[in-house]
Amino acid sequence: MAEPKITMKEVDHVARLSRLALTDAEKERMRRELDGILSYIGKLRALDTEGVPPTSRAVPMTNVMREDEPRPSLSQDEMLANAPDRSGEFFRVPKIIEEPVEE
Amino acid sequence: MLTALTIHELSARFRSGEATPSQAVREYLERIAALDPKVKAYLTVVPETALGQAAAADARFRSKAPLGPLDGIPLAVKDVFCTRGVETTCGSKILKGFVPPYDATVITRLRSAGAVLLGKLNMDEFAMGSSTENSAFFTTRNPWDLSRVPGGSSGGSAAAVAADLAAATLGTDTGGSIRQPAAFSGTVGFKPTYGRVSRYGLIAFASSLDQVGPFAKDVADTALMLQTIAGHDPMDSTSATIPVPDYAQALRLDVKGLRVGIPAEYFIDGLDPEVEAAVRAAIATLEDLGAKTESVSLPHTEYGLAAYYVIAPAEASSNLARYDGVKYGLRVPGARDLIDMYSRTRGAGFGAEVKRRVMLGTYALSAGYYDAYYGQAQKVRTLVLRDFQEAFKRVDVIVAPTTPGVAFKMGEREDPLQMYLNDVFTIPVNLAGLPGLAIPAGFTQAGLPIGLQIIGKAFDEATLLRVAKAYEAATPWRSRKPELAA
Repeated sequence: MAEPKITMKEVDHVARLSRLALTDAEKERMRRELDGILSYIGKLRALDTEGVPPTSRAVPMTNVMREDEPRPSLSQDEMLANAPDRSGEFFRVPKIIEEPVEE
Repeated sequence: MLTALTIHELSARFRSGEATPSQAVREYLERIAALDPKVKAYLTVVPETALGQAAAADARFRSKAPLGPLDGIPLAVKDVFCTRGVETTCGSKILKGFVPPYDATVITRLRSAGAVLLGKLNMDEFAMGSSTENSAFFTTRNPWDLSRVPGGSSGGSAAAVAADLAAATLGTDTGGSIRQPAAFSGTVGFKPTYGRVSRYGLIAFASSLDQVGPFAKDVADTALMLQTIAGHDPMDSTSATIPVPDYAQALRLDVKGLRVGIPAEYFIDGLDPEVEAAVRAAIATLEDLGAKTESVSLPHTEYGLAAYYVIAPAEASSNLARYDGVKYGLRVPGARDLIDMYSRTRGAGFGAEVKRRVMLGTYALSAGYYDAYYGQAQKVRTLVLRDFQEAFKRVDVIVAPTTPGVAFKMGEREDPLQMYLNDVFTIPVNLAGLPGLAIPAGFTQAGLPIGLQIIGKAFDEATLLRVAKAYEAATPWRSRKPELAA
């Protein structure tokens, strides 16, 4: 069998970077499927791209500037209306600084 | 039945007084109530607001002051567009219950043209998929065979037009998500040039590829829809400032002397023989109409899919970072801390395909792999783009199959890579930012639609519409409709 393109350790690492909580079954399936996809994508490496510039967008883009003038925007209430949790005029989130968890 | 009419036919009846927008909207709402339980195109229907908009259109026609060709026309849009006051889920559990406080620019433009919004259409979650099987809610059925998929990701948009559940619809196309479902459902689907249509208020998937476009019952309606939504928008800095021509004018031109390229790389092993026969017959039709066909080469076609499956997931992994359980949508309770809340919310809120692509994209962008995957894919993108640039030195348009096969059965493609291979003929067009149009080009023995793809030069949508119109007028496919009984 060919060497796997991606190990379980890498799946764990990438899931952490992606902020995705995955079950063990999901991780195993993910490893297998990503392995297949990465093997297919590996064909890109066979192409000689020496001296070829990268394309990030097919149509040329220029930076767009406008005058920094105040104009109407959505109200605070409209912006907060979809929040799962709010406190007055703020989005409320769980604590950010880690504390020791009680056993 | 008003629901069987095209936009231009319906608008003519409104103007002559033979029918009113309210009658048309009521007929559509009745048809949706009767048939959508089978087709499952709609995620949300908004009867009250639709009837309210129709009544306003009625008044404009009564006072002989309609707003234009879309006034009073019942439309629907993919659930990827923000609609003020109407739930917008993007086919995902993570956005269930999200009610946008503003309209996408394309929605504003349709509303300003007097169009009536019937509702929001099903899609693969975050537009990732080719069948609507990745919708977090349900799978839309192909109106031509309810055991088959309508294509995706804009499957609801395609099925709604094919089943006469809306006069026309909007979808989005990142790797084929308009053209592939148009081909599977026997409708006209048009992905304009990257930058032609504003994406303000469109929920982003892969920002260097995403583009908005219409599904319609014929080419003339497609032109009307594009005319309304195309053009620069100060709210989208990536929207092009290039002027929008009068597309109706393009429809009056024939194709005599037009140079049509046939890419050898699109007629490969694995192409369904019935699809190939239909596309070859379409090429012969264009020759009969006076077009000059010649063979062209797009040698990097086979690398397009691989480059796309690095670039699109990489951009998606960044775009989808915003779904963090803070500003809108789902939040899973009981987290230890903020990071734990992010991870649990995203783990519970995203479906399998979205997680797969976020993982793939994050991997391709991570330290140690960036050059090998993302950097290389962007260079291959240059090669794909150059292929088209070379070909378009010699021809005005390129014609090819839209998909290697016709609509497949639900549940038939479980392996993600097999699903991705569906998009092999549509993806290069997105990588190159070009306009591409899918138009019905016949049916298989089993009665399933086949789509011809017409690819054009950047911002030359007019020539695509011209070719499509000439082809449509010379062929009988447009008149066939799926048989659907309540």
